[in-house]
Amino acid sequence: MKFSGFKVIKEALTGHKGWTPLWRDPEPQSAYDIIIVGGGGHGLATAFYLAKTFGQARIAVLEKGWLGSGNIGRNTTIIRSNYLLPGNEPFYEFSMKLWEKLEQETNFNSMVSQRGIINLIHTDAQRDAYRRRGNAMRFAGADSVLLSREELREKVPFLNYDNARFPIKGGLMQPRAGTARHDGVAWGYARGADMRGVDIIQNCEVTGFKIEAGKVLGVETSRGFIGAKKVGVAVAGSSSRVMSMAGMRLPIESHVLQAFVSEGLKPTIPGVITFGAGHFYISQSDKGGLVFGGDIDGYNSYAQRGNLPVIEDVLEGGMALMPMIGRARLLRGWGGVMDMSMDGSPIIDRTGIEGLYFNGGWCYGGFKATPASGYAFAHLLATDRPHDTARAYRLDRFAKGYVIDERGAGAQPNLH
Amino acid sequence: MLIPHPLLGLRDAQEFTYLGDANLMNRPDPNAPNAEAMFCDYVFLRDNPAGVHRELWYHEQGDRSWLVVTRNTVTHEILGAELASDVALAHREGSK
Repeated sequence: MKFSGFKVIKEALTGHKGWTPLWRDPEPQSAYDIIIVGGGGHGLATAFYLAKTFGQARIAVLEKGWLGSGNIGRNTTIIRSNYLLPGNEPFYEFSMKLWEKLEQETNFNSMVSQRGIINLIHTDAQRDAYRRRGNAMRFAGADSVLLSREELREKVPFLNYDNARFPIKGGLMQPRAGTARHDGVAWGYARGADMRGVDIIQNCEVTGFKIEAGKVLGVETSRGFIGAKKVGVAVAGSSSRVMSMAGMRLPIESHVLQAFVSEGLKPTIPGVITFGAGHFYISQSDKGGLVFGGDIDGYNSYAQRGNLPVIEDVLEGGMALMPMIGRARLLRGWGGVMDMSMDGSPIIDRTGIEGLYFNGGWCYGGFKATPASGYAFAHLLATDRPHDTARAYRLDRFAKGYVIDERGAGAQPNLH
Repeated sequence: MLIPHPLLGLRDAQEFTYLGDANLMNRPDPNAPNAEAMFCDYVFLRDNPAGVHRELWYHEQGDRSWLVVTRNTVTHEILGAELASDVALAHREGSK
């Protein structure tokens, strides 16, 4: 089934009876060339690019629950490429370029909306840091604009500019950043992969790896053994659990990050805004809800829910920044489990086991990376060489001293 | 979350800061022949279990003691707390 404006109009006039399922529900075969563990955004994107760009066949995606039931459905939908370090910025800008053509590539409306992101500046030192960051972004081909207080005021007049402790002095804007419909991203990739012959097998939990003589031969699952020449694991949040079945310990702790949405309001917040003094970021969904979040809870957790003190902290940040949202009612909050890595940056690499590849450690920034993560992981799986923009995401960078630490916080995951 | 402090009773987890896995107390021997590899594992690698986890919390807004808290990372249930100094002493006694 191909989507088009004509099809939408035709279905609207004929009672929407002609729509068919977006992907098949196949039984697992006995063996595949490539198995992707994890049917979330990154796993599905990997399968999509493997089939479409790298011409691979006989691919399966194994998902423990239902498709997109992990962090692809639990994020705050922000896409951006405003990183500082050379190991990160080209990768995220590559991702931004893939976002820009995602809907044409997948023929699926993922509601990519480039409404801009503004990081607020509260001190002179912060302006210097953001000027440097803006220039680093431009080196990698991204866009950045340093806004004065007056220019900012024209765009977002509702902020508390004269907060006694954290007055707003300006902002760093990336106009091409924005938001996307998170579930739509997973569905678009799933449909695109399925159309190209990828078997997406849901309710199929991987319970072990079959490894002989340092080589992976397949995976044990809740639906029996499935053989594979190559296995790629993309299960961020549960990476330590899954990779421990292959005898690996990872430079990762799992932490819970909460996010919140208010009742639906008329359009009021034009893009994404981040507080530069506390940890608070906000955007408005197309349905009208204010979507916002802040810090991780800060302790190891596999529970997809957090605790009240962080909720209070996030809401205080919001009230300090834009007092007008105090009148809006909080509709719901939720938590997602993050792979917090030891330097705050991800890993896309081979492992010490032949044929076993790992993609994880996305911290709380995995959503924006979905297209590039999938592309780079597909590149690695298909060619056995890292993609140019993902060269720095090696597993051995910790031992060798090549950490990519944007925050400069050291090996303390809850500070990244 | 309320942490059962061995000396002060139930205290709000907000009074504490979190460091991580209690194995961080077991620093490798810097004179061992493979000290570099052991320190690399010590600094960067974690077991990160889903379930019972022993971890270090510092009572920063309280008596400034380090605790070893046993907590379930799936349910957030706290199963116990000991003074880290007691744990270290017991460990030292045990290894004699």
